[in-house]
Amino acid sequence: MSIQQQTEPIAIALIGNPNTGKSTLFNALSGVRQRTGNYPGVTVEKKHGTFGVSDKAIELIDLPGSYSLAPRSPDEMVAVDVLLGRLPAERKPQAVLVILDAGNLERNLYILSQVLELRLPTVVALNMIDAAAEKGVTVDVPKLSERLGVPVIPTRANHGEGVQELREALANIEQLAPPEATSPFPPAFRDEVAGLQGQLVSRNVSTPRYLVERLLLDTSGYLESELKLGGDDFHQFIADARTRLKESGAPVPAVEAMSRYGWVRETLQGIVERKQVPPPLSDRLDRIMTHPVFGTIIFAVLMMAVFTAVFSDYIAGVPMGWIEGLFEFLGGVVGDNFAEGPFRSLLVDGVIAGVGGVLVFLPQICILFFFIAILEDCGYMARAAYLMDRLFSNVGLSGKSFIPLLSSFACAIPGVMATRVIENRRDRLITMLIAPLMSCSARIPVYVIMIAAFVPQYSFAGGLLNSHTLTFAGMYLVGVVTAVLVALVLKKTILRGATPPFVMELPSYKWPSIQTVLMRVVEKGWAFIYRAGTLIFASSVLVWAAAYYPHNEAIVAPEIERLAAVETELEQATDETKVAALEEEQAELQNHIDGALLRDSYLGRAGHWIEPAVRPLGWDWRIGCATIASFPAREVIIGTLGVIFDMGGDDEDTAPLQEKLQTATWDGTDKPLFNLPVALSVMVFFALCAQCAATLAAIKRETNSWRWPIFTFFYMTALAYIGAFIIYRIASFFTTT
Amino acid sequence: MKTLSTLQVGDRVTVSSIEGDDDISVRLLEMGLVPGVELTVVGYAPLGDPIEIELIGYRLSLRKSEASRVVIAD
Repeated sequence: MSIQQQTEPIAIALIGNPNTGKSTLFNALSGVRQRTGNYPGVTVEKKHGTFGVSDKAIELIDLPGSYSLAPRSPDEMVAVDVLLGRLPAERKPQAVLVILDAGNLERNLYILSQVLELRLPTVVALNMIDAAAEKGVTVDVPKLSERLGVPVIPTRANHGEGVQELREALANIEQLAPPEATSPFPPAFRDEVAGLQGQLVSRNVSTPRYLVERLLLDTSGYLESELKLGGDDFHQFIADARTRLKESGAPVPAVEAMSRYGWVRETLQGIVERKQVPPPLSDRLDRIMTHPVFGTIIFAVLMMAVFTAVFSDYIAGVPMGWIEGLFEFLGGVVGDNFAEGPFRSLLVDGVIAGVGGVLVFLPQICILFFFIAILEDCGYMARAAYLMDRLFSNVGLSGKSFIPLLSSFACAIPGVMATRVIENRRDRLITMLIAPLMSCSARIPVYVIMIAAFVPQYSFAGGLLNSHTLTFAGMYLVGVVTAVLVALVLKKTILRGATPPFVMELPSYKWPSIQTVLMRVVEKGWAFIYRAGTLIFASSVLVWAAAYYPHNEAIVAPEIERLAAVETELEQATDETKVAALEEEQAELQNHIDGALLRDSYLGRAGHWIEPAVRPLGWDWRIGCATIASFPAREVIIGTLGVIFDMGGDDEDTAPLQEKLQTATWDGTDKPLFNLPVALSVMVFFALCAQCAATLAAIKRETNSWRWPIFTFFYMTALAYIGAFIIYRIASFFTTT
Repeated sequence: MKTLSTLQVGDRVTVSSIEGDDDISVRLLEMGLVPGVELTVVGYAPLGDPIEIELIGYRLSLRKSEASRVVIAD
């Protein structure tokens, strides 16, 4: 292929406002040849795509969607650092591709004005020309290109129109001269920048002119500390410059927006024509979608529809069945083809059962992300944040936390990843820390079996409500209410700070791009598989080892002997009833052996060891043991309980396990082990605990620090313990009197 | 002094200035709320906050606390 002939591809950075179709364009240009990752030290996603055109290879660096190149935090600094070639891990781009929304040029040109000052060869993609026409906006493209001094290519990225032309323009980008330096700032400001630059030179610091301007404009002091330009006298120099600017009528920071929007108006003079047209469909839709009454109803209906799809047996249930079947099949194949021993046990009980137990949730995650991607791409999610903001601001968060928390009902891992939409660091952290409290699908098996076995079934309100559904809903509520309280406490204690501003664009509605939606689903699904494959894998192996060793078969010697005898008898037996009886005895013996070995294992011993700690929750050592085993993933508790109670861990049908749990008694007594208070205590514990290693790993990755996952683990475990204790005491009080 | 947070749905007004010089005011300026710009109040969210406005051909939502920084010309 011609791509390989080039030594190094041309590096081009892609930048533009959010909601301009940037990711659609990125996907259309680079197709499937993409790489994603994280920039070290920050939560900004790093996305690279490569493609070839006219014998040239091009590498596109997707920068986060942004309204301005004015860094006030490390995350915002990334785009500027990449463009100025200040990141060691990233090549300095040779050129910039700026994407503009043709229907919204006035605001979109703001960031272009900043990009042009970087003096890199620039190409403009004028996107969504069709949507602009619908709004009655027409743009004189040749004239715009002439005034900006850079090529302007009209595109409709979602239809693939103009993409080829854009590719060709990018292939020739090296021959382009950098745009002329036309600073929109008033002379007084330029003089101060020159003075400041002189100061820097006298201190032997070479800083790009763009950053010198920013240094003067950034009143937050972030850039000053970031550039490590020490010295009080230097700080004083900047402060004096700002005072002079204020006196001369160019106050910092307002001068920048005023100058740039002035330049924008001049540039667009006579180029953009706005015809009076009847309000476009998008505006009429918005009337309804954000209407106090209809908007709320539509919102509730949409959310219910999404949840129904995610949790319905007919949609998600079918592929989940396939995955379960696949792992059962795999377990069977391995079980039949390997000799009995530690290795087979590791594969079947450790790896296949562990990873399979988590991967079974993949369909739910994909379905949820399919809907979220559609709602996001068509512009509804911004409305959801708008509608929910007032509620979230009560807890000191903003409506932007809504999407991540919604995702967490399927699984906290994509929820934690989705916190990237929140710019404010403190908000993002809090949302990440409370996301695992949303009842994810892994808790469902725990709820289902406990409710079915121990919650008495009765219906009321004419059959509309019944105790089982209410308990189930109650568990979700426990998580949500706790999350609210935790958010409030965090906001008042370790993550104190002013409520961040809520200033959010409400983009026009548009048809979602199928490609963008599918790519998002694949991306999230893959991230989930990756985590399940690495972390769950590792912890499954560890828990397996704890549950397998020391594997002292001497303690079950008589049973093993009897089992061997049964097996030989089985081989000779021909009588049907006898075969059935022998098979039953064989299974019983096998379960008894497995159970005895587990009870004697390190995990079993650990269970005994922590029994005093779990007694106040109404639990015995066996429940404690299953809880330890479910550290990698909550749903593991069901399988472990199965093994402990001599049921076999891979029992598909939960009815026998239910029965076993109902008849289980405290060791050496006939007092039932489980009752309603114990079941509630187990459910509440699992609703609140941090028993999911993969989520903790996701938090580690997103925050780039061990501090927050460790914090999450301890605070959630403490909450789970306290919650379980309280519910056990309350429920015991009511059931005994 | 009249601010954006006190307006009725459908009001069409001109921005005269933004109060303060912190991050929030910079953000508002960057989003196009510069002196001389015309805006229309499109609506309020169901619980009365945030507010939705239209300016320079797009829609923006902001909380009343932020909107009270936007001073409106009489």
